[in-house]
Amino acid sequence: MTRSPRRLPWGAMARLAGRRALFAGPVVLVVTFGVFAIAAASPFDPVKAYAGTAALGADQETLDRLRDNLGVDQSFVVRWWDWLTAALTGDLGHSPVMRQPVAEVIGERLVWSALLCAVAFAVAVLVGTLLGVLAARRPGSMLDRAVTSLAYTLEAAPVFWIALLAVWLFALQWDVLPAGGLTDTASEQVTPGQVASHIVLPAGVLAVSQLPWFTLYVRQGVGDALAEDPVRGARARGIGEGTVLFGHALRSGLLPVLTLIGSRVPELITGALLVETVFSWPGIAAATVEAATAVDFPLLAALTVLATAAVLAGNLLADLLYGLFDPRVKLSEM
Amino acid sequence: MADVAAEKAEKTEKAKRTGRAGRAGQSERAAPAADAGNAEGAEQAGTPWRAHGTDRRSTRTLRLRVSAALLTLTVLAVLLVPPLAQLDQQAVDLAAKLQPPSWAHPFGTDDVGRDLLLRCVYGLRVSLLVGVAAALTATVVGTAVGATAGALGGWVDRSVMRVVDTISSVPHLLLGIFIVAMFRPGVWPVVISVALTHWLSTARIVRAEVLSLRSRPYIDAAVSGGASRWRVAVRHLLPGVLPQAALAAVLMVPHAMWHESALSFLGLGLPTHTASLGNLIQEARGSLLAGQWWPTLFPGLFIIVPTLAVAGLAGAWRERVNPRRRSELML
Repeated sequence: MTRSPRRLPWGAMARLAGRRALFAGPVVLVVTFGVFAIAAASPFDPVKAYAGTAALGADQETLDRLRDNLGVDQSFVVRWWDWLTAALTGDLGHSPVMRQPVAEVIGERLVWSALLCAVAFAVAVLVGTLLGVLAARRPGSMLDRAVTSLAYTLEAAPVFWIALLAVWLFALQWDVLPAGGLTDTASEQVTPGQVASHIVLPAGVLAVSQLPWFTLYVRQGVGDALAEDPVRGARARGIGEGTVLFGHALRSGLLPVLTLIGSRVPELITGALLVETVFSWPGIAAATVEAATAVDFPLLAALTVLATAAVLAGNLLADLLYGLFDPRVKLSEM
Repeated sequence: MADVAAEKAEKTEKAKRTGRAGRAGQSERAAPAADAGNAEGAEQAGTPWRAHGTDRRSTRTLRLRVSAALLTLTVLAVLLVPPLAQLDQQAVDLAAKLQPPSWAHPFGTDDVGRDLLLRCVYGLRVSLLVGVAAALTATVVGTAVGATAGALGGWVDRSVMRVVDTISSVPHLLLGIFIVAMFRPGVWPVVISVALTHWLSTARIVRAEVLSLRSRPYIDAAVSGGASRWRVAVRHLLPGVLPQAALAAVLMVPHAMWHESALSFLGLGLPTHTASLGNLIQEARGSLLAGQWWPTLFPGLFIIVPTLAVAGLAGAWRERVNPRRRSELML
């Protein structure tokens, strides 16, 4: 199947991205403000969090001085503005839990989270599409029912539960894969081989948790496409079943799925939060949970804003793909 | 191809009216089928690509019955076991610790010899209670906000929906984690954090429904008959949107339960003395690493079964309300 290469509408894409950025900027701003407002409304006291158990025996004068030094006697709006202006210069504050600057924590860990999510997402898309096509081929067949039932069960199962059972089966019973971490405990440095064997379980579990959604959508899309005229025409011309399925039905059935991929970012983040925690994967999602458990406000605030930015980027990607792949939609009209 | 294009236009129009709920917003985790139904329902109409008529109907009835039976069983167990069975879920029996499933303990025992079946039923009770409370709160808030936005329209509508879009840009679980971390674990922070992240979808559904009802002749008739804005909203619009809101609320309960379990599992949810299913799985991690699988397996099943039962019932209900839109829930 050869097609003339279509020139990408860079101008329209850039304009759409620009328009979305105009919307995304205020959203991120409002989210940072909301984060500070929630913190201000909560019983959380930064001074006591900073001083830890030492605050129990300290007299009021010391606490007041500490309050003054930390700058938390001001209203949260002032603190929000200070944080925001510092953040724009790249200073996101200092994380008490990780004992290093927040920007450094994110810089070190982002790459591992991105790797995990990318591998899991690729596996989920590939396997999910394959299962969806197989299920749509004969609607109502045993295979279709098995795949659909499995998809709904996996959709209902909590991902951390699947992760724990996977650890039990693969790491403890069969002893074929490591139970967690990025490398073996004995190893000094991070080698690609070590990472490859340690990523299998977390990425597999994350993929399994994202897979039902793709399977169900592809099944629906391909099932609908199989009943449409182009497929009937292809069959009438005597084209093989495989070509009809993957060349014709999948191509039109995949369209709604492709365009919705970007909007899966929130679910991916949710899954990563739980999977990274179970497998002690040193990514930012696990750091988020650690920050939350220890009420590490600077880190938690930065990561919440980062996740919001990721979701907005995903939405933009969804819109771009939608405009690029669906010839009925014009990017300039979105 | 012409009618496909027409439907496409109609869909885009609808998407615009509903604040582009489908793509711009966060697609709900528990309802891909509902999404698929909404997105593809129009095109699917009139193309019966599943030809097994009688066969399909019998599976549907079977699915309805199984779902209803499972849900009834769950609710009965949660309501009746604690008052009727004079058994203490906290009864420690170190002589019988970590026993695999047997007749005496169908689900086995945990690391201090407590019966896991009883623990699971009590855990489900807590989880379900939190789920129902959160879903009710979220539905009331979502209906109020969505109906106000839809009925008033104009700048109120635009700014309210902007707020909804903004909140849904933060991943639900992350927002929940943030709220609970700031307000410290407890029952109320969990309920509030789950409710606060779940009213968005209800608000969108209710708003879209109100917008479609607003242009109906009977509303025009009420307005020209001199009904006040308030009367139109309460007597004419609200009854129309309540079924949708109720369905959303029912579907939200398993989702809220899932949310609560995730928070509890991360150690940010309910305190351990009111153990929910998430707490049970969290506590079981130690014995799992020692090779005992049953304390982990069964609480998870207790989350899956009610979720599937509710999904099955909702699918059957949707088919009855709108038979054109054959539900994808084939279990």
